[in-house]
Amino acid sequence: MIREFKKIGKIYVFGMLWLLGLIWPMVGIHKDGSLSFGRAFTIWSYIVVGTFACLLLYLLNKSGYLDKATKPMGRVRDDLVAKARAVPVWIWTLVALAAALIYPLFTARYAHDVAIQVLIYISLGLGLNIVVGLAGLLDLGYIAFYGVGAYTYALLSVHYGMSFWLCLPVAAVLASVAGCLIGYPTLRMRGDYLAIVTLGFGEIVRLILNNWMSLTNGPNGILGIKPPGIYVPSFEGGFHFEHIYLKKLYFLYYIALAIAVVTIVAVRRLNFSRIGRAWESIREDETAAELMGVNTFMLKLLAYAMGAVFAGLAGAFFAARMRFVSPESFTFLESAMVLSMVVLGGMGSIPGIILGCAALIVLPEVFREFELYRMLVFGAAMTVMMIFRPAGLIPAKRVGTRSEEKEG
Amino acid sequence: MAAEPILELQNVHASYGNIKALKGVSLKVYPGEIVAIIGANGAGKSTTLMTICGIVAVDEGDILYQGRSITKVAAEKLPVMGLCQVPEGRRIFPRLTVHENLELGAFYRRDREGIEKDMQRVYELFPVLKERKRQQGGTLSGGEQQMLAIGRALMSRPKVLLMDEPSLGLAPLIVQKIFDIIHEVNQKEGTTILLVEQNANLALQAAQRGYVLETGRVTMEDEAEKLLHNAEIRKAYLGE
Ligand SMILES: Nc1ncnc2c1ncn2[C@@H]1O[C@H](COP(=O)(O)OP(=O)(O)O)[C@@H](O)[C@H]1O
Ligand SMILES: [Mg+2]
Repeated sequence: MIREFKKIGKIYVFGMLWLLGLIWPMVGIHKDGSLSFGRAFTIWSYIVVGTFACLLLYLLNKSGYLDKATKPMGRVRDDLVAKARAVPVWIWTLVALAAALIYPLFTARYAHDVAIQVLIYISLGLGLNIVVGLAGLLDLGYIAFYGVGAYTYALLSVHYGMSFWLCLPVAAVLASVAGCLIGYPTLRMRGDYLAIVTLGFGEIVRLILNNWMSLTNGPNGILGIKPPGIYVPSFEGGFHFEHIYLKKLYFLYYIALAIAVVTIVAVRRLNFSRIGRAWESIREDETAAELMGVNTFMLKLLAYAMGAVFAGLAGAFFAARMRFVSPESFTFLESAMVLSMVVLGGMGSIPGIILGCAALIVLPEVFREFELYRMLVFGAAMTVMMIFRPAGLIPAKRVGTRSEEKEG
Repeated sequence: MAAEPILELQNVHASYGNIKALKGVSLKVYPGEIVAIIGANGAGKSTTLMTICGIVAVDEGDILYQGRSITKVAAEKLPVMGLCQVPEGRRIFPRLTVHENLELGAFYRRDREGIEKDMQRVYELFPVLKERKRQQGGTLSGGEQQMLAIGRALMSRPKVLLMDEPSLGLAPLIVQKIFDIIHEVNQKEGTTILLVEQNANLALQAAQRGYVLETGRVTMEDEAEKLLHNAEIRKAYLGE
């Protein structure tokens, strides 16, 4: 115990001093340029106490003092895991779906709002996963397709009064066209270059939205977008179908859920298809893939297009839900956010990405009081995650396990 | 020897930007042969194979396959035509399983039963791959990866198999095994093989004919047996 502590203690002390040096300017510098120490020190001391407690627990556990408590608990956990494994995956899926379906009945408006956001990001995350996780093309401008989808519906709704349901496929198609347009010139690039160029394209799309006043109304955005509507049969004054708008939040929740479910099913199917495997081969070794007869050019383009489709769907829904769009919603930070969700959750793992989206949306909501330090905590959490679980919260079993599954 | 070469390079030039890698390579491969290309590091051996496979563009000259020019044919169409390569350094797909690597070899094919049969055949040739079929390719040893790379290429049912330094970095015992397989594939299935090797001794023993490549040019061509006993070759490539 003592020896272990000596080993870790030094690193710990240095780490904490370094953290103090980091927090102090971040918290201690005031707008008027003056410096103070007290506040930074208070926060720091909380962190020290907290982490020291964790460290002590860790050391106690490691040297076996806690075995009496952990052993039976570990057994219980293993038991639970084994039991959970015994239940087929489709039952879990059904349970999750049922929970999602009855969720609005037991929750309040605010919770609906958060859930809708999570569902939107699930579509985005899974779409981006096709490009980044499967085809291995780092895309830092992904949010541009979300923007294309959103503006497609916004403009069609405001100018032509087109229905949401009609615009949904239109938004998907236009987003995928944008995907091809942006994807095409970048196809010959690899790695870092690709990342930079996609970043640039993402910004270009945002700047166009921002500056094309006559079409997009620039930074002021577009107001008065209609929510999705449905026709319901009505018998008043003769039988006819009445058109009503779904303004209630829980209606929107179900639409978001439907879009997310469609995305999950589609991405899963793609994942386990011939095309999915070809994408993976491109990710692993593009030249070798080409030598094996994979049309890398078309498949990379297809990856961009398919990824953009889901962003387009999510975007159209976003516009219908907010009833307002402006370029501000489509900044690089959003792209980075979606990418973080994918990486945090586990690249290539559908349940992982769902969890990643939920975590990165819900946790900041829960810790709203710490609004100011959100990004700081966010960064710290990501760093810790990448150290301890580099493959994500729920790592992909193997990015594709198709052949084995078929046999098993 | 059959009259028509199955693969022929006519005065092929190729380059990487400003660097001229091939400066007029001409060679012929006849059906059923094993032909060796030997040469020092950087002579242009790999580039020759990559040019045949359409990965590196031809600047000048022509490549004929079964009498047709394939100079302008896209790389991904060549496996369909029966031309497949085992690239230098194996280049398997490291995070895909052994089984999936093999399936990708048969990517263009749609005949499920045929694929299944060929899969069994590859597993017979390389029993160690069958044992490891659910393992990720990247976790295999060097020799196993080479076997996987060969198996993957065989899954495309090649008529002409191009092999780039299959002995690279492998223990002598494994090298022997790999060359036995090369022989078997050539003998049993009549697959034509174009073999690139730095290890001239091995390559010339396995091949019927050989070409010597130096700085992008063919400087010598002859029967493998004769090259093996050529004093110059022995001095330059066999370390005598
Ligand atoms: N990707 C590349 N970019 C630039 N030059 C290359 C590239 N690959 C090979 N070369 C050059 O082309 C020449 C031939 O290389 P290569 O065909 O790999 O030789 P070998 O396989 O006989 O060792 C060398 O001079 C090498 O430096
Ligand atoms: Mg080489």
